[in-house]
Amino acid sequence: MAMSLEGEHSVKAFGWAARDSSGHLSPFKFSRRATGEKDVTFTVLYCGICHSDLHNVKNEWGITSYPVVPGHEIVGVVTEVGTKVTKFKVGDKVGVGCMVGSCRSCANCKEDVENYCPKMIFTYGVKYYDGTTTYGGYSDIMVSDEHFVIKIPDNLPLDGGAPLLCAGITVYSPLKYYGLDKAGMHLGVVGLGGLGHMAVKFAKAMGLKVTVISTSPNKKKEAMDHLGADAFLISRNTEEMELAMGTMDGIIDTVSAVHALLPLIGLLKTNGKLVMVGAPEKPLELAVFPLLLGRKMVGGSGFGGMKETQEMIDFAAKHNIVADIEVIPMDYVNTAMERLLKADVKYRFVIDIANSLKPF
Amino acid sequence: MAKSPDQEHPRKAFGWAARDKSGLLSPFHFSRRENGDEDVTIKILFCGVCHSDLHTAKNEWGFTNYPVVPGHEMVGTVMKVGSHVKKFKVGERVGVGVIVGSCKKCESCQQDLENYCPQTIFTYNSYYTDGTKTYGGYSDMIVVDERYVLRFPDNLPSEGGAPLLCAGITVYSPMKYYGMTEPGKHLGVAGLGGLGHVAVKMGKAFGLKVTVISSSPKKEAEAIERLGADSFLVTSEPAKMKAALGTMDFIIDTVSAVHPLFPLLGLLKLNGKLVTVGLPDKPLELPIFPLVLGRKLVGGSDIGGMKETQEMLDFCAKHGITADVEVIRMDYITTAMERLAKSDVRYRFVIDVANSLPQ
Repeated sequence: MAMSLEGEHSVKAFGWAARDSSGHLSPFKFSRRATGEKDVTFTVLYCGICHSDLHNVKNEWGITSYPVVPGHEIVGVVTEVGTKVTKFKVGDKVGVGCMVGSCRSCANCKEDVENYCPKMIFTYGVKYYDGTTTYGGYSDIMVSDEHFVIKIPDNLPLDGGAPLLCAGITVYSPLKYYGLDKAGMHLGVVGLGGLGHMAVKFAKAMGLKVTVISTSPNKKKEAMDHLGADAFLISRNTEEMELAMGTMDGIIDTVSAVHALLPLIGLLKTNGKLVMVGAPEKPLELAVFPLLLGRKMVGGSGFGGMKETQEMIDFAAKHNIVADIEVIPMDYVNTAMERLLKADVKYRFVIDIANSLKPF
Repeated sequence: MAKSPDQEHPRKAFGWAARDKSGLLSPFHFSRRENGDEDVTIKILFCGVCHSDLHTAKNEWGFTNYPVVPGHEMVGTVMKVGSHVKKFKVGERVGVGVIVGSCKKCESCQQDLENYCPQTIFTYNSYYTDGTKTYGGYSDMIVVDERYVLRFPDNLPSEGGAPLLCAGITVYSPMKYYGMTEPGKHLGVAGLGGLGHVAVKMGKAFGLKVTVISSSPKKEAEAIERLGADSFLVTSEPAKMKAALGTMDFIIDTVSAVHPLFPLLGLLKLNGKLVTVGLPDKPLELPIFPLVLGRKLVGGSDIGGMKETQEMLDFCAKHGITADVEVIRMDYITTAMERLAKSDVRYRFVIDVANSLPQ
């Protein structure tokens, strides 16, 4: 008989989980492993709600094993460290993002891109090295190998900083990798949500000119007055789009729905780069002529390695970049998910775990 | 009233043209401009038959203006040079490729990337600065601004060298731009035709491991024994495709038909680059997950600038790289086009213009 999840490990834990593809979350008792010699245990204070959490709880990618405790934008305060831990001590402010393990020996791991390790272990919903399931940050405590823990600088607010651990790194990494980080360059950002608004903030901090490309005219004022975007294009306005053709060095495309690439490729200058960070589950149409005639490219990127995530957090702290958030109590999470589905949030929900996650 | 092609310009010229979308070519009298101060007049000796010539002759891309004289891989000798011409003299052996003009002022032109100039003038089926149509190399002579003429290295044969002017630069340019020149890296070449076979030869000259990816098993012996490829992968053999997953740093995709990208993307390593140089007439399906999960990219590339084309010719001369050609007479062109449509050529037809194009 399978052990109940509460007895699987030695430390009691409590969170909210989805139990079926309705995606409805509710209180859930489980357990976490005792702090191993390389582990860091921390009390969770805040956890961001990423759209991936929603895809997962509803099994939209077809890979979910229930029950699942989502959450991979987790911040808190260290309560215990293992005997071999060197980078953290009790009382430190820390975070955990999208992964909690990797093989640590392949070429990708050695080059600090653990996120691309073939044996990379996601923070929730997959098997850990010991065969047990990983549970995410919609919970009271986290235990993680020190290698996958991020130090949060003192001056970075924890609530606004939490979403950096997924949304932040997901846009920061490709800006660096594809060379779209040089002052004076012109970057387009498609989609103004959790990822998009972070891309605007990072790119402005790097000195780029930023144009937001959106289907919603009502986001324009916000984008320009509050986020600092230099321009705003309505993708359905063909005249505006035509005027902007051939003006952008790069575009970060955060849209997960199936959408047209041709107009976006047209916005790029010669040698321009369209970077996909949203992941539509169906293929998109790629007209090859425009790619060839301007030596343009379409590339992808998926979050980032631990070294780069720490670099991103430090950059954010230095430039006072945090996510724009709506802090919610744990029991609002189902409503938050419904609103997230309609993109009705500016721009990330963050669960106030410490003050609202009450064991039952 | 518009002048007829043979009266448009002062110098009489003769070639073969397609007049409608049957794509059938036949003799055609036309004319070329007087040699201007910056021009070079060239007697054409050989001209390669590029698949683009076939696409254009049949109006498969929808923008052909008939009559069209195709041909953008030509080699010939200089007959006359204009008073401002510095780079060439009469009697020299030269080449003309895909472009014969550009604005010369924009950022692309200033960076020796005339091929990406928004006002590029193509060797055929374009309009020149004087408003007249451009006609290509299936003809006896051509007049070209010296900037768009290539010097043909002494040890590069004309027949085998002519296809380099399009096929050669089309694969050389992305190999440089996308960083495929580091010895030891692994290049996949999808499609073994005019572009593909030159890519294999250049890949080997750069010190790469080269795998040919093809839909047809019958090209394997040739690819490995004659062209020097290290391995050969048939796309319809699932076990072998699976074993090759995540093994290639780059892929040059030369296939012009609509084809699936997903299996090719799977062959790439992390950070792998798929560069498409073929021109399918319909969009391809691009799966996004493989790009995101492996930080891969799909890029395009279109011939190359004049400086790089010259560099490519010199590189080929140095490494003994020529195209594998079947030399034909002008009047074989209809049959050649039919065979080309079925990929029945190893690997480029080259028209012996000087010896088979009677006046």
